[in-house]
Amino acid sequence: MRKTQEGIFRNIDWITVIMYLILVAMGWINIYASVYNEEHQLITDLTQKYGKQMIWIGTSLAIALVILIVDGNFYAAVAWPLWIIILISLVAVLFLGTEISGSKSWFKFGEFGVQPAEFAKFATAMVLAKYLSQLDIKMTDNRTKFISAALIGIPILLILLENETGVALVFFAFILVLYREGLSGNFLLLGVIVVILFILTLLVDKLILIVALALISGVLFLFMRKTRQNIILLSSLFVLSSGVIYSVDYAYSHLQSHQKKRIDVFLGKESDIKKAGYNVNQSLIAIGSGGLSGKGFLNGTQTKYDFVPEQSTDFIFCTVGEEWGFAGTALVVVMFLLLLLRILFIAERQRSPFSRIYAYGVASIIFFHLMVNIGMTIGLAPVIGIPLPFFSYGGSSLWSFTILLFILIKLDAYRLEILR
Amino acid sequence: MNALSGRRYVIAIIFIVVSLIYLMRLFYIQVLNDSYKMSANNNVLRYMTEYPARGLVYDREGVLLVYNEAAYDLMVTPRQVKQIDTIDFCETVGITKQQFIKKMKQVKAYSPYKESIFEKQLSKETYAALQEKLYKFKGFFVQARTLRKYPQEIAAHTLGYVGEVSEKITEKNPYYKSGDYIGISGIEKSYEEELRGKKGLKIMMVDVFNRPKGRFKDGMYDTTAISGQNLISSLSARLQKYGEQLLQNKSGAIVAIDPSTGEILACISGPSYNPNLLVGRERTKNYGKLFMDKSLPLFNRALMAYYPPGSTFKLLNGLIGEQEQVTFRETRYPCNRGYPVMGGKPKCHPHPSPMDLPGAVSTSCNSYFCYVFRSIIDNRKKYPNVVAGYNAWRDYVLSFGVGVKIHTDLPQELPGNVPTQKYYDKYFGKNGWKSSTIVSLSIGQGELGVTPLQMANIICSIANKGYYYTPHIVKGIGEKKQPRDEYKVKHYTKVEPQYFEPIIDGMQGAVDHGTSTSARLKDIVVCGKTGTAQNPHGKDHSVFVAFAPRDNPKIAVAVLVENGGWGATWAVPIGGLMIEKYLRDSISKPDMEKRMLEGIVLSTEKKSKDDE
Repeated sequence: MRKTQEGIFRNIDWITVIMYLILVAMGWINIYASVYNEEHQLITDLTQKYGKQMIWIGTSLAIALVILIVDGNFYAAVAWPLWIIILISLVAVLFLGTEISGSKSWFKFGEFGVQPAEFAKFATAMVLAKYLSQLDIKMTDNRTKFISAALIGIPILLILLENETGVALVFFAFILVLYREGLSGNFLLLGVIVVILFILTLLVDKLILIVALALISGVLFLFMRKTRQNIILLSSLFVLSSGVIYSVDYAYSHLQSHQKKRIDVFLGKESDIKKAGYNVNQSLIAIGSGGLSGKGFLNGTQTKYDFVPEQSTDFIFCTVGEEWGFAGTALVVVMFLLLLLRILFIAERQRSPFSRIYAYGVASIIFFHLMVNIGMTIGLAPVIGIPLPFFSYGGSSLWSFTILLFILIKLDAYRLEILR
Repeated sequence: MNALSGRRYVIAIIFIVVSLIYLMRLFYIQVLNDSYKMSANNNVLRYMTEYPARGLVYDREGVLLVYNEAAYDLMVTPRQVKQIDTIDFCETVGITKQQFIKKMKQVKAYSPYKESIFEKQLSKETYAALQEKLYKFKGFFVQARTLRKYPQEIAAHTLGYVGEVSEKITEKNPYYKSGDYIGISGIEKSYEEELRGKKGLKIMMVDVFNRPKGRFKDGMYDTTAISGQNLISSLSARLQKYGEQLLQNKSGAIVAIDPSTGEILACISGPSYNPNLLVGRERTKNYGKLFMDKSLPLFNRALMAYYPPGSTFKLLNGLIGEQEQVTFRETRYPCNRGYPVMGGKPKCHPHPSPMDLPGAVSTSCNSYFCYVFRSIIDNRKKYPNVVAGYNAWRDYVLSFGVGVKIHTDLPQELPGNVPTQKYYDKYFGKNGWKSSTIVSLSIGQGELGVTPLQMANIICSIANKGYYYTPHIVKGIGEKKQPRDEYKVKHYTKVEPQYFEPIIDGMQGAVDHGTSTSARLKDIVVCGKTGTAQNPHGKDHSVFVAFAPRDNPKIAVAVLVENGGWGATWAVPIGGLMIEKYLRDSISKPDMEKRMLEGIVLSTEKKSKDDE
């Protein structure tokens, strides 16, 4: 018995495991505080969310154990079939799933539900790693770019069809993986430019914007070296930008009204704090009222009395902010940052490209969730309903992040046994 | 791949930069910016006011004049209203279905979560019927509040009334919040701070649906309400009631004061109204009716109406003459049915002549006091000109509390009018007037305007031989049962005590065998003076002032019956009855009493009753 355990846990990166356990425990405590019910004070009370979360944590640990037991070669081998199965279930849920508040992304089994889109994250991370780790693959090839884009794009498309915009956006985080594997930094830059243009289009009239772009291009043209290559680059950039502006404008005008509202509120165009801006405003009040050291465990009034919506799932960070203050929020942010940096460290010590690329996928996904989830609670990102990894209440989310992380831990533990 | 491994730093830097931005933002909103803390409190804390019971008011003999009665407002929290039997509900509350629907719409528009008033001040019957069925009407509940009640149904003007505060007051005084009650007139207003007590505050925590979730910090910041202080009014309820009966079907005023303390015993303005009319549901309607009434029931004549004092003013002129050493007890002036100096004007009635000072008071000789007045103003040994003489005279008058506010504790008090030198200069031109021009002042006519309260106060000064206490209506506040300090101070007139005797002799003579014999009482020496105030708008006003007993006076009274004609016709008998009622509590002249109670004096005023 002892020998098997040694076998399973050998070479495991305990630092990562401990950080995982701490984050999960902190999440559980904050879920308890956010939905605290005086009639059910026991944290293990299964009728309450915190009791259910205990089940999710238990099952997650079981899953983690299974992942560690399975042979290290298994994951690279099943990457493709797993991805395809997930894609099929993404399609299936469109027809067989249960509709919950406008999105058709859940399979319901009695009281419990499973959201395939959550699992598409690590499946895509794996398949991307599998594809890019092939010997003859070069990121500079257009073919590689195209196939990579398709591997990321197909799940995005399917998830968009399910009306889960938030989850779909997560997949854009894989651009970091591609960048690490050789994608030109211009694409990252381009991404930033597109985001800036996106925001500007919604704030400024598109004609003014295009005239301004034309002026900037003109000035650049006067001062740059007039090689053929430069001229083509400049003019194509101009055309591309104009294209982005027009398509954003078009897309925006075809958005659903609640999505429009969220964007408007984020951009500060709409300040109706009773309606669309209510969530962000109440969330800011909750976090802001925490002060330096917080109101104390179970003393949060904003979250406990339901002023903050979805306080146990997407807005769990509000409870941290209100009850533990800046001390608590800073601790959480720093913990996540350390975890991310640890994953980067792990990634770079892999001998196998598959493991490395997968590790970057894990880091990218966690980072994107972190950035958007915490960002929206403090008014730095639009309200997109994605959970805070390891923290937020919910089985699918906790399971998928556990699987995501523990596959990496297993791959890392296995690294010394890989020759190449 | 080695060339690319440097990119890990780019990615790490992206992670670190985003984390740092977030940490800075968190530090800003959590530590540097305080506004969110306020907002959180506003969200969750509800400040519930606990209203203290308003103080009660008793009369000088312990009779309850004002108390609080429970009233019931039907409240509703629209969100909690579920599946009620609307027909049953409407029948019980006494409204139609349309009204119900309209009301529900209104309260829902205000807030679906917050409670609001559905129906104000239910009648006792409705409340009783509703109470039994209330369990069936989910979302509705009854909130108790208090209404003022005036069990004696007297002294409406004096007691005043309470009403909701105006926006003006809430802006000026942070104690009051919209919807609070405040004294608007009478004692309710002038003793507002004593009566209201202190509001308490209970801080509750509520959830997003406004449901109470317990006390904030276990009530650490709560304050309890402190009840208002009870007041003892100087009024005598039985005297006040009697005076109101005497004045029914008449316009005018009666003011009775205890000269030894300045305590107002009765303060009656007729016509009056039942103070309970200005309470509760019907208040606005009733107020409108009273406001439109041509006989001006809302107008407090006792404190606000300016009447020429008529012959009662001769008392003052006599006193001033004596103090000025131009008139003495033995001074005699001729009267030939009028003032000889000005060819028999003003006129006088037949009486023996010449008379001394007491006799002139008893018979109310016009001519005599014209002489007196002239000798004061035209005393060229003392005053170089008429202006100086007039100003000296005026100062004497003012020292009796006429022409100035005497600062009683009733809010509507007006100063009256004693014309200034400037007024005459303007009216007649500078140097265009002399003592004969304004001789009507000597007999209390002309531009003089004196309120009934001031008339009574003059009599107090005479009864006290030279001083008065400011008349006041509250003789005891709270546990200490003391009046305000300013009402314990003697105010001296400019006439010294030794000069009062001849005047008082004259007043006794007037009652014993002069113009005021119907006020005479067995075994009690009453000193009085009639007046017939000429009134440019209609029939003369009947005036009587008196005090009794002569030694150790217990009551000073001023009676004015508008358009009552001679003083002796209405004012003297009423004054006599008031004195007897107060001193003896029994009436020796039932015939006269009956005549006064049943008498009707029609108003002959041509225009509105503004004597100013």
